[in-house]
Amino acid sequence: MVLDLKKKALKKSLFVFHLSTGSCNNCDIEILDCLTPRFDIERFGMTLVGSIRHADVLLITGIGNIKNAGRIKKLYHQMPKPGFVVAIGACACTGGIFREGYNMAGPIDRIIPVDVYIPGCPPKPEAMISGIVRLLNRIK
Amino acid sequence: MKKVIVPIGPYHPLLEEPEYFALYCDGELVVDVEWMAGYNHRGIEKISESKHWDQVTFLIERICGICSTSHPIAYCNAVEDLAKVEIPERAKYIRSIVGELERIHSHLLWVGLAGHFLGYNTVFMWAWKYREPILDIMEMVTGNRNHYAMMKVGGVRRDIEDADIPIIRKILEQLKPKLEMLTGAVLDDPVLAARLKGVGVLTAQDIKEYGALGPVARASGVDIDVRRDSPHAAYGLVEWKVITCKEGDVFAKAVVRLLECFESIKIIEQCLDNLKGKKGEISIDVRNIPPGEGIGHYEAPRGECFHYVRSDGTSRPLRHKIRAPSFMNIPTFKASCIGETVADVTIILAGVDPCYCCTERSAVAYDVSTRKKILDGSDLIKLSHEKTGKIRKQFGIKDK
Repeated sequence: MVLDLKKKALKKSLFVFHLSTGSCNNCDIEILDCLTPRFDIERFGMTLVGSIRHADVLLITGIGNIKNAGRIKKLYHQMPKPGFVVAIGACACTGGIFREGYNMAGPIDRIIPVDVYIPGCPPKPEAMISGIVRLLNRIK
Repeated sequence: MKKVIVPIGPYHPLLEEPEYFALYCDGELVVDVEWMAGYNHRGIEKISESKHWDQVTFLIERICGICSTSHPIAYCNAVEDLAKVEIPERAKYIRSIVGELERIHSHLLWVGLAGHFLGYNTVFMWAWKYREPILDIMEMVTGNRNHYAMMKVGGVRRDIEDADIPIIRKILEQLKPKLEMLTGAVLDDPVLAARLKGVGVLTAQDIKEYGALGPVARASGVDIDVRRDSPHAAYGLVEWKVITCKEGDVFAKAVVRLLECFESIKIIEQCLDNLKGKKGEISIDVRNIPPGEGIGHYEAPRGECFHYVRSDGTSRPLRHKIRAPSFMNIPTFKASCIGETVADVTIILAGVDPCYCCTERSAVAYDVSTRKKILDGSDLIKLSHEKTGKIRKQFGIKDK
């Protein structure tokens, strides 16, 4: 019952926390690009927040390297539930070109459960928006 | 007096990349800065040794998302230096065009972020809006908004068609007045001038001592630019000038970056002139890489990007060493941040346009005499297991 109510509250105005865990910066730039005039996802009420404790969605980019793996887990546990985890980019989804690297602890779904995968290197802002829209549809 | 440590990061809302700064403060003043790296380390140099010469270009493109054509150009220069090949002229022009387009988008990105850090979100939105047409050109010419995959050992992968040239010109022509407006808005604003002038000053002496590169050096009056000093691609074939400033503060860095955008447009237009209506090879086949060493550099938007490759005649590099410009620029924080207030440090840290993804590296402890690795993660676990074993023996517990 309470969970249903919380899920209902998630339908609109998703607050997003962005976490880079050993990426090449490109997915991060494209996430920021979503906020700027051409794509402007703020009109859907989505915004980047400064703390994971305020967030509904955790956006993760990068391979999740050894130094970050513990921190990703910690942040996931700090996220208010129900929350969603979105893996952005080829690295976060599969490890991409860094798959055989010695510093690889990911991909992200080996560290924490992931709800949505948005592949691409980097995914275009349109792809990210479409991913989030699918997530919203799934909540409904 | 008691010192207070103000931690910034590793996951700070201000920063897109994870990195950690410790500001040692005495009241409002910063007395020392410490930087910790490794959150972005992916081990690219090592992975590079397991890839074919042609595959490495795709790997090192993913060192950094913003200067994702600077690294491939520097790497291709290094391999071409090693194989002693000269690339076709058309390829040179195309390399310069892609490189300069990247410079414009990188500088606009910095201006936007700097505006955001100062509380001028309008500048952030404007700059990023004007950056979009550049990414459109990139998508048209190379097929992707970022990570262009244009460079290849011996030339470029794709040609710029004659039909595309007027479209590129039109977009650049439309961009110019907007850039001028943005430049005017940023440089004439009295509040921005009050915030940025005289803040985080680096003297020419500092630059030489720390070995800083790129716009950071040029803003302090040190006239260095790899494009001019060691011409490669088409930089020796077109007219352009190196922008320098004397002041060395954050404002001068903004001036250098904004004016460099106009120079980049100039270079692109001249290169397009030379491409139009002509036909030619865009790459040559480089089949065998001989044993030996090669170096290559390129002026990335943040400074000189340096690549070193060593070959033993096989299809893979034996050693690939990368030095990104931010590696030299980040230590200048020791000179520029100390003595400033905490409020100003944010923009000083952002002022050198640091790219932590490029710079990340991990440290390994070596025994000097035996050249053996000591005490990495697995060694520590081994030591711990040994100690448990000893204690078990003391207690008389037998191993199963």
